[in-house]
Parts: sequence; C-alpha cells; structure tokens
Amino acid sequence: MKVTLKVWRQKNANTPGGFKTYSSPDLNENMSFLEMLDVVNEELANKGEEPIAFDHDCREGICGTCSLVIDGKPHGPHQGVATCQTYMRSFKNGDEIVIEPFRAKAFPLIKDLVVDRAAFDRIQHAGGFISVRTGAAPDANSIPVPKENADLAMDAAQCIGCGACVAACKNASAMLFVAAKVSHLGLMPQGQPERYKRVKAMVDQMDAEGFGGCTVTGSCEAVCPKEISLDFIARMNRDYGVALLKGEPKAMEGGGVG
Amino acid sequence: MATLNSNIPAGPLASKWEKHKFSTKLINPANKRKYKIIVVGAGLAGASASATLAELGYEVHNFVFHDSPRRAHSVAAQGGINAAKNYQNDGDSVHRLFYDTIKGGDFRAREANVHRLAEVSVNIIDQCAAQGVPFAREYGGLLDNRSFGGAQVSRTFYARGQTGQQLLLGAYSALNKMIGAGGVKSYTHAEMLDLVVVDGHAKGIIVRNLQTGEITRHSGDAVVLATGGYGNVYNLSTYARGSNVTASWRAYKRGACFGNPCYTQIHPTCIPVSGDYQSKLTLMSESLRNDGRVWVPKRKEDCKKRPQDIAEEDRDYYLERMYSAFGNLAPRDIASRAAKTVCDEGRGIGETGLGVYLDFSAAINRLGEAKVRERYGNLFAMYHEITNESAYQTPMRIYPAVHYTMGGLWVDYNLMSNVPGLFVLGEANFSDHGANRLGASALMQGLSDGYFVLPATISGYLATQNPGKRPAADAAAFKEAEENVQTLTKRLLGNKGKRTPDSFHKELGKLMWEYCGMARNKAGLEKGIKAIGELREEFWKNVSVLGEAGEWNQSLERAGRIADFIELGELMCRDALMREESCGGHFREEYQYTPDDPETKQGLVNPGDVKRRDDQFAFVSAWEYAGAPDKAPILNKEPLVYEEVHMSTRSYK
Ligand SMILES: Cc1cc2nc3c(=O)[nH]c(=O)nc-3n(C[C@H](O)[C@H](O)[C@H](O)COP(=O)(O)OP(=O)(O)OC[C@H]3O[C@@H](n4cnc5c(N)ncnc54)[C@H](O)[C@@H]3O)c2cc1C
Ligand code: SF4
Ligand code: FES
Repeated sequence: MKVTLKVWRQKNANTPGGFKTYSSPDLNENMSFLEMLDVVNEELANKGEEPIAFDHDCREGICGTCSLVIDGKPHGPHQGVATCQTYMRSFKNGDEIVIEPFRAKAFPLIKDLVVDRAAFDRIQHAGGFISVRTGAAPDANSIPVPKENADLAMDAAQCIGCGACVAACKNASAMLFVAAKVSHLGLMPQGQPERYKRVKAMVDQMDAEGFGGCTVTGSCEAVCPKEISLDFIARMNRDYGVALLKGEPKAMEGGGVG
Repeated sequence: MATLNSNIPAGPLASKWEKHKFSTKLINPANKRKYKIIVVGAGLAGASASATLAELGYEVHNFVFHDSPRRAHSVAAQGGINAAKNYQNDGDSVHRLFYDTIKGGDFRAREANVHRLAEVSVNIIDQCAAQGVPFAREYGGLLDNRSFGGAQVSRTFYARGQTGQQLLLGAYSALNKMIGAGGVKSYTHAEMLDLVVVDGHAKGIIVRNLQTGEITRHSGDAVVLATGGYGNVYNLSTYARGSNVTASWRAYKRGACFGNPCYTQIHPTCIPVSGDYQSKLTLMSESLRNDGRVWVPKRKEDCKKRPQDIAEEDRDYYLERMYSAFGNLAPRDIASRAAKTVCDEGRGIGETGLGVYLDFSAAINRLGEAKVRERYGNLFAMYHEITNESAYQTPMRIYPAVHYTMGGLWVDYNLMSNVPGLFVLGEANFSDHGANRLGASALMQGLSDGYFVLPATISGYLATQNPGKRPAADAAAFKEAEENVQTLTKRLLGNKGKRTPDSFHKELGKLMWEYCGMARNKAGLEKGIKAIGELREEFWKNVSVLGEAGEWNQSLERAGRIADFIELGELMCRDALMREESCGGHFREEYQYTPDDPETKQGLVNPGDVKRRDDQFAFVSAWEYAGAPDKAPILNKEPLVYEEVHMSTRSYK
C-alpha cells in the first residue's frame, strides 16, 4: 500500500510552520505508524532532505513519548492506544493522512511534530508524591489495601503522561492528567495525610502553567490511550473543594521541644 | 593495566553488608550540602539514587536525555520485581533468593553483591508500598505474588502488566518531592556526551541540550551513571529506541573498565520479526509462562498447519520434556536456546519458521477465560494490536529477542568503577547477574543500587575528598572534554557521506545477531570483529548527518550513539571470543554437553546445555580502552571466589 502524508513542518518555535505533502514508498500493513514514518524519513534523508522530527521511545504504548495528532485525532483512529500502537492496517491504500503535533499553549513547540511537555513535570514537582524518606517505610503488608481500592488506584496510575488529553481539549485543559495523578495517590491509604494539600498544590500549578479550564466535553477520555475515566475528574473536584474548605494547614506553635 | 580491587568486605557472607555499612565513613550533616553529586539517568536506579542522596542532604544534579525522568526505559518493564518477603510462606528466604540468583547467573556473579541484593530486596517492597505504588493485592488487602522463571517459589510482586511504570512513578515521585524541595536540580533533554576526569578522579560531565544544541560543562564531587543497558547494539531489541551506550562508552574511553560486555540476555517470549522495516521487538512478559505452555509440532510437515489442527500427541512441549522440574519456567537463557534449537531443526512455526507457540488453552480450560483475562488481559491486547490475532483463540507466536545486558561498566562492591569518583548503577553496571539474569531481578537491582546501596557507600569516597574543593568547570580537563565533544559534532555534521545513520545501525544489528547472538563460535566471532571494524571505517567515510548543531537534531543524536554502538559491538565480539566456555546467556557452540559427558548420563543436563569451564574462566573480564578504536583493548581479570556456594553444574531438570 501507499499513502500520502500531509505533515506539519516547523523549524522551531520562532519560525512559522506549515504543512508539507509527501508520498510514501510502498508500505506493509503490518508496519506500525511510526515505522511508516521511519521509512519515509529514510527516503527523505537519502534525498538530502531533513527528516521529519517526531517524538517516540518505547514504541509499545507505555512511555508516553509519542505524540501525534493523526487526521485530527490525538494518537490516531483507535480507542485506547498510543500513536506507536497504531498500525498501517488501519489505513487504506491511497489514503491521505494529516499529521500534526499536540498543540497547546502550555506545550511549546520544539520542532515539526515535537512539543515540550515539561509543564506536566512541574505540576508533579508541586505535589505529585507521598512524602516518605528512603528507609523510613513500615513493612509493606502492615497496611492492607482493599483490592477494590488498589485496583481503582491502579486504573488511575496507568496514565502515561502523554498529553493527548490536553491536545484533544478545546480548552487545552490538563484536568484528566492531573485527576489521574491525584486519584492514584489519593486512593491509597499511604496517600491520605497529604491528600488535600496535594490536590491544591497540583491544581494551582496546573493553572499557573496556562492549561485551560474543564468544561466536561469528554474529548480527553475519548483519546486517552489508557482510557482514564472522567470519573477521576469528578473525584478530584470533590477533593479540591474539600481542600479549599480546609484552607492552608495551620502551622504549629514554634519552640517547646527543649 | 587497570587496578581492580573488588573491595568485598571480609567476614561471613550474611553479615558483610551490615558490617560494611558500619565501617564506611560518614559525612557530617553540615558538610553534606557542600558536596555536589552529578547523577546521569532517572530510571529506577538514577531516580531512586537522586532522591535518596538529596534526602541525605547532598546537592544533586540529575540529567536525562528524555524530556521527562518518567520516560526512562524502566517504564516498560511488565512482569514484576522479586523480593524475599516469603509472604506466601512457600519456603522463600534471603538465602534462597541469593542462591537462585547466583545459580541463575550460572556462577559468574559476585557472591557478596548478590547476597546484599537479596537482603535489600525486602526493604524495596516496603519503600515502594509506602510511596503508594499500587501493587496487585489479594482480596484480604495483602500483597499478591506470582512466580517467575528460574524460581520454584512465588516471590514476584507486580502491578498489573506495568510493574516498571508503577515502580518508576514511585521513584519519580520521590525525585519530584526533592526537586520541589530544592534538593535536586533536574536537567531534561540533556545528554551527557563526555566524562571529565581530573587528576584521575571523575569530576564532571559535558552535556548537550537536545533542544538548543548548547554544550555545557558541569563539575561535581562525584559522578553517578545510571544510564541503562546497551541491548540496542543489536538494533532490534525489546529496548526503547532511545536506549544507548553513549554515557558508559564515553566513560570507558576515559578509563573506566567495561565488564563482561558479551553477556547478553535473549528473552524467550517476544513477538517474532515480521519484516525489514521493523524498528523494535515487543516483549510478551515472562509471567505468561506461568500459565502458557510452549510447544512446536513434533513433525516438520505439521509446521504450516493451523495450530488447532495439530493433535495433542503431535505436539512437542519441549520445555516440559527437557526440563521437567522447571518446565515452562526454565530460566530465560535455557528457554531461548531451546526455541532456537527446535527452529533450527525445522520445526519452527509462522511465516518465517522462526517462532514457537505459547499456548493458553489449557489455562483457559482450567481457570476460565475471565481469570486469564484478569491476569494477562493487557498483554493479550498488546499482542492483538501488533499481530491482529487473539491469544484467547489461538496460541501466541513467540521467538527470542535481545532484552537485557548483564555486562556493563565494572564496579567494586561500593558500586564505584576503577575511575575513583565514578559510580555506576542499575543495568549500566555489570555487577549482580553474572552470565544470565533471572526475571524480575533487574528492577530489584536498580532500586537496590539507588535507594539503598549507593547512598550508603558513596560517603566512603566523599570522605576522602575535601568538601567544597571540587574543580571549577573552567579547569583544563573540562575545556579539553568540551572540545572533544565539539569536534565530534563537527565531524559528524561535516561528513559529506551518502548513508543515513540508521542504515549503519541496521547493518551492525545484523552482524551482531549473526555472529554474537544466541549461539557463537570462534570463526564467526573473528568474522564479526573484522566486519564491524570495516563498518566503523565505512561509517566515518560515508555517514551523512543532516541538520545543524544548534537545534533539535535527531539525526545527530542518533549518529553519535550509533558510532559508539559500532565500537561496542566489536568489543562484545572480542569478549565472546576470549571466553572459551559457555555460561548462562553466552553460548559458545564449541562448549556444550554431549550425550557422552558424565553430567548428561547422570541426568543433570541435556545434551546441548552450556558447559562452563570454571578452572579457566571463573573471572570477570574487565576491558580497558587502549587509546584508539582500532587498537586491541586490554583484558583485566577479576577472579570470582566462591566461599559460600559450590560452583556446581547448573541443573534445571
Ligand atoms: C520490555 C522490557 C520489560 C522488562 N521487564 C522487566 C521485569 O518485568 N522485571 C525486571 O526486573 N526487569 C525487567 N526489565 C529490565 C529492566 O526494566 C531494566 O533493566 C531496568 O529498568 C533498567 O533500569 P535503569 O535505571 O538501569 O536504566 P533505564 O531505566 O534504562 O534508565 C536510563 C536513564 O539514563 C538516561 N540516560 C541514558 N544515557 C544518557 C546520557 N548519555 N545522557 C543523559 N541521560 C542518559 C535516560 O534518560 C534514562 O533516564 C525489562 C526490560 C524491558 C526492555
Ligand atoms: S490522562 Fe490519558 S491522555 Fe492524559 S496524559 Fe494520561 S494517559 Fe495521556
Ligand atoms: S513511544 Fe512510548 S508510548 Fe508511544
């Protein structure tokens, strides 16, 4: 099979970009989408043209690096998979495929199809953890966790931090991502002491990064490669509400330890 | 010659680590913050080390080439992590985990290191659970376990099919906490391209910012490499595409010895290659072998039939037949080689004939489809995406693929290389797995090194260095190293060749798989060394790297990494050629059990099993760079002394 690609090319954030059209060489339907791009890139390079920059690493749907909008849909035509798990058998001979980067104000473009998602890291620096020093942990079985809770926490923890939810959202909101993070830790007993402090800190940082608000359109859930549920957003909103009611934790009176 | 001192503490095996921690010098809290430690890598090993060192009060600077620490290749681990918790009450203990690991490594690892690993394993699970890692649980709320290859107890902890991601998120969260608290400065999209050695000590690194191309110098009191494994030297592997050897290789060229480079793990259960365009091979977790049965047809003529049409009595469940005690849970090296053997006999399945079946029908009959789905649903889904086949209905097709490298930079008991001040953790070092790694033990080692070992040993080195006296980044050695990097970049971009970097990677991968893969022999390795040497020359004559230095340039990144892989490939072949024995994953065709050997007759081994030669090869090879890529490297040997365990013939029958 052969396809035509309309690809977003942009040298860097300061140079305007635009679409360029390429026709693919002969392809095999068992190729992954990224392998198709590899083949196209080899051809470009052999002609002395700069290859198309795109992000990828594990190529098995777990690292969250790959990040293409394919025909208008982050991570391509299928539900519950990342770009790298998309195969050419999902396309037909002669198709024209439009490929764009994940666009969002909080994800500045680096080159072509590569964007900078460091904002996600900064949200987690603000509170995405349970404060436990190495070596200070009790025996792992000393705190039983009901299987249902552990499973639900695991559902949230599956998020691979790809940012497709942001790219799909007309407000470029990061709510699904942050909700997944907050819910994972908030559902575990170990995460309770910092539960409200955490949600407040992470949501505040999310806002500071310039992500938009959530108007519950659900487009994030529809593209999420790990099918993270919108329910987690509701959960986070509840926790955030409680956090606001509780206000800043009161500082203890100083001194007195002797 | 390099000086190699393993620094294994004296005394009984079981108390070495405790005693060593006690006798290692400490740094007083006020002085800790005067020491700056550079950590390269934020996989399980690097993230856990960075977080813990910062908690102790050191100033930590962490560098990753990824855009985020959370994307390190550790994220891809599926199956699980071992620990000697004995929560199942099935006879596990620190000693048993130690023994299984030593035996699994075919008696080519250091006893003291492996014992420490087994001791620390229990603390790892505690630590991770406290961080909120959502491990699988039983209905009573306690932690669940499964069994993995090479063990007869259930000691593997897991988190659905993504143990690696969950453990990494735990370590990353610890790192985030310390970044947020100001204890760690994190540099992302930052690739280390050289090690700076001042007066014989590692005191800094040279880094390229992948977004801007800017080259910067960083000085520190010690440098820690936790940069992962080098299996991508084979081009096709289960590694992430970005995994590379550059950090280790550049350190090697600065004097660090490379230990056991030829020890490679070929994993038995991966999805077979489907075409020339292939960019990676996907692992199907070994946990599948708990419930899946491996077989091929007994007769060649049946190979093209549909598996459903092959009668039970015409199937050869060869692992169960050959290794009845462990069956489908035989260690990886054995299971892989057995798959190769049956395919070489012409009994392989699938279009290419390079495949065997992994069949779940018995498990589905026994447990029901729902239970199988609960255990392996995501793996079956992954298999379906890639192959368009349902493993609920038809057996999976699998074949071995390169998966892990036991070799790596040589380190002593303190995880310090022979270059003082340079520490190496995780898959990047050579230390704990001997000639074959058992499943679920790499995650354990990465976290053991990072959370517990390095933080306890590094003070021994730092105590010999005056606080606040590290060399400034304008010292001559920094200037020289930066120029070295600049020159290399110019050379790559200025080379007006005709071939893409990737075309060299593919060619290298084929040579390595052919000559230094699952079965090796003298003539092949000699051919490999020659061919790879020629490829190196061809690379520098004919590579073409497009784009510029001062921008995001993936061709440039890759070209530099491939140049290093080519040199490494040659070293791996040399190591494999030197090692005239078979052990673990290193199979030299000349050294295998025959039907006439006494061990075969006693029923300990099968004909064709690996044959070690302890009298001559019970040592770690530690290769030293000779100053130029075309000069033969220097071989140093660290003898392996077994005090506790008898180096027996490894039997899984
Ligand atoms: C598919 C797969 C499944 C696996 N499953 C299991 C399993 O179930 N159980 C198990 O025990 N093991 C498993 N393993 C093995 C295990 O995952 C790895 O050995 C381990 O995670 C390696 O961790 P690490 O911290 O040493 O390195 P990595 O996680 O590879 O991290 C390397 C880090 O170094 C950085 N880096 C590298 N080079 C540079 C440079 N030059 N400059 C800057 N930064 C650099 C990277 O950015 C990254 O942060 C699996 C491996 C694979 C491939
Ligand atoms: S919530 Fe889903 S789409 Fe958003 S970052 Fe996580 S995995 Fe990606
Ligand atoms: S490349 Fe890792 S998720 Fe796609």
